[in-house]
Amino acid sequence: MKIENAKQLKSHALELGMRQAKGPRTRILVSMGTCGIAANTHPVLTALREEIGKRDLQDVFEVVETGCMGLCHSEPSIEVVDRVEGTTTLYGNVTAGQAAAIVEAGAYEAAGVEILDRTWYCPEGEENQAGARQARVVLRNSGRIDPENLEACLIAGGYQGLARALTEMKPAQVIEEIAESGLRGRGGGGFPTGLKWGFAAAQSSTEKYVICNADEGDPGAFMDRAVLEGDPHCVLEAMAIAGYAVGAQSGVIYIRAEYPLAIRRLRMAIEQARASGFLGADILGTGFGFDIQIKYGAGAFVCGEETALIHSIEGTRGEPTFKPPFPAVSGLWKKPTVVNNVETFANVPAILRKGAGWFKTIGTPECPGTKVFALAGKVKKVGLVEVPMGTTLREIIFGVGGGIREDRQFKAVQTGGPSGGCLKDDNLDTPITYESLRALGSMMGSGGMIVMDVDDCMVNVAKFFLDFTLDESCGKCTPCRIGNKRLHEMLEQVCAGRGSHETLAKLKNLSHTIRDTALCGLGQTSPNPVLSTMIQFEDEYVEHIEQGKCRAGVCRHLISYAINDDCVGCTLCARNCPVDCISGERRQKHHIDQDKCIKCGVCHDLCKFHAIDKN
Amino acid sequence: MKKSGACLKGPIGSDNLINQQPEKRKALAEFIGGLPIGDDRERNRGYLIECLHKAQELFGYLPESVQLFVADHLRLHLSEVYGVISFYSYFTTVPTGKYRINVCMGTACFVRGADRILEELKRHLGIDEGETSENGKFSIGGLRCVGACSLAPVVMVNDKVYGNVAPGKVLDIINDCE
Repeated sequence: MKIENAKQLKSHALELGMRQAKGPRTRILVSMGTCGIAANTHPVLTALREEIGKRDLQDVFEVVETGCMGLCHSEPSIEVVDRVEGTTTLYGNVTAGQAAAIVEAGAYEAAGVEILDRTWYCPEGEENQAGARQARVVLRNSGRIDPENLEACLIAGGYQGLARALTEMKPAQVIEEIAESGLRGRGGGGFPTGLKWGFAAAQSSTEKYVICNADEGDPGAFMDRAVLEGDPHCVLEAMAIAGYAVGAQSGVIYIRAEYPLAIRRLRMAIEQARASGFLGADILGTGFGFDIQIKYGAGAFVCGEETALIHSIEGTRGEPTFKPPFPAVSGLWKKPTVVNNVETFANVPAILRKGAGWFKTIGTPECPGTKVFALAGKVKKVGLVEVPMGTTLREIIFGVGGGIREDRQFKAVQTGGPSGGCLKDDNLDTPITYESLRALGSMMGSGGMIVMDVDDCMVNVAKFFLDFTLDESCGKCTPCRIGNKRLHEMLEQVCAGRGSHETLAKLKNLSHTIRDTALCGLGQTSPNPVLSTMIQFEDEYVEHIEQGKCRAGVCRHLISYAINDDCVGCTLCARNCPVDCISGERRQKHHIDQDKCIKCGVCHDLCKFHAIDKN
Repeated sequence: MKKSGACLKGPIGSDNLINQQPEKRKALAEFIGGLPIGDDRERNRGYLIECLHKAQELFGYLPESVQLFVADHLRLHLSEVYGVISFYSYFTTVPTGKYRINVCMGTACFVRGADRILEELKRHLGIDEGETSENGKFSIGGLRCVGACSLAPVVMVNDKVYGNVAPGKVLDIINDCE
């Protein structure tokens, strides 16, 4: 149905809401993001539907496939909301076999199924509830609505921000509202969004573009995918608002080809938005026209840099170019272009709907709003979390994340991916903002947050990120192409115990040179993982070179495995050794042939008697 | 940024794959025919990457004959097309294996031992990352974060996800591929 104007949108949304209120009393929300699907949610979904069908309860239960709830630690996860009783139950690690019990219980808690603490998940509207640790702005609909259903989106207030912008505000007022809200780029740089839009709006060109950067490349961050899979319409709405504000008629979403589900849902959402008159010519009868096309990335991390991204859309090698000119002046096809990432855009409709004043009540004065983090690594509750800016690392890791796995000792947390750095326990009480992280030698980045314990070697972690940068460097400028290669070689020396104090001095020196001379953001920030670990964990570097010791037992050249007297001769290790280097009779102590051992650690992981020592 | 590319052997396009599979050739021609290709070379180039995606989806990889075909139809030089293919890691000029074994290279998988899994895979199959085994059955690759961080380390074989993979389980995964 085509929505003709803003008034009709409001009444239509109300009508849909009322119709939903008359529908089935119990809604079963099933988290069906890529991660949920990988954790085998499909059989659970099928079993729930069959169970409801078998009992002929279609009028009572409605099963809704939603986007990611962010509960990666307990997928498959489902939520049962009963409107009549006003109850809601969140289940985790659900199996197909438990479907009957869940349907049977309805509004009550099903016995034998794991029940999760709902304050962890905390959807929009419940952020002020006691014990709530999150606040959902970006992920407000993710896990709450069926992303493939426009009606569900409209009930949740979809496109009302656009309607307000188009009918009640002039373009300059929209920019003012965004500037007033204090929203800053969530891709990592933290540039004020209102300012960026203002630059593009000030250009006189009649042809302008709005680009959504969905080429999420940080190895360990997946919040943009969650938004696109869970609430694609909010990104479309935000892009149309940006188009109106800066005077652009076309938008481009540049998305990774490796996100098939997100692409499918976006395509579907664009079709729906066009059919309903939220995209295309004469949106909501205001005369404003805006349309969006999708362009695919092809696996190049550097294309997250805005000039490189624009070149990639133009069909050339995605190499960055020197700024200025900034894209806001000369971007796609040399026309003024606004580039924002998915998470930034996802904030925009809510700001327009609820106002800049509301937005500023969340977060800190310099950094209003929230930030989504992909919390992973050695933490108990791995997942996608959204917290107000200014939350401390400790609160995220030990509060939301539930602490370190197996209650081991915390060692470091890595933020900002390949551009960021590692922070240690002294830094845990720092409130997170763009500035505070930068002051500590790390970065906000796109929001990867990897927790490490005492089993992780910080030199090796720095090497991992450099491996990534080496692979992803486009090769255009020398500092990044050759400098990082040399850094990597030096780190390999340190990991092999062959480095000296001179190596460390050179590492530091070259890192500073790359940071100061590389062409784009990727190159300039690529030495951050090295610099930050060298500052925070200098003793580990020194141990590697002076004593040939890797305290975490990770660097292969510096460790060896040996069997101690606790060995009972169960032969488990010998049977599983991939290179057959363990020998020994049954019920006799075994022996490792050090010349053949590849130090894979399989024996150490398998031994039930702690009989294998790592030295 | 890519480790391997096919070197030129014989006259350009002599692999002739494009003509050996007339149906796919037709599908590709129709796809390109449906795009608004005009006289503006710059704007035509904007369709190059989606054409290459389509071509790789159809043929599985992008040998020279396919590159030439795309270049001709978009009125671009072969060198421009090759330049783009060699830049982006998603495109490949050599056939991949029937079973594409990809290890997640995300940070969460790394801290939980993905590098050990990759080493084991390479050792068992005797090929390096980005290579295909001689019988065309297996290829090994890295994969960017799939977002299944709670299952780390993760290995994907085509579309199937294996979670919590230990080095000792690698052989099982390989054996599972038939």
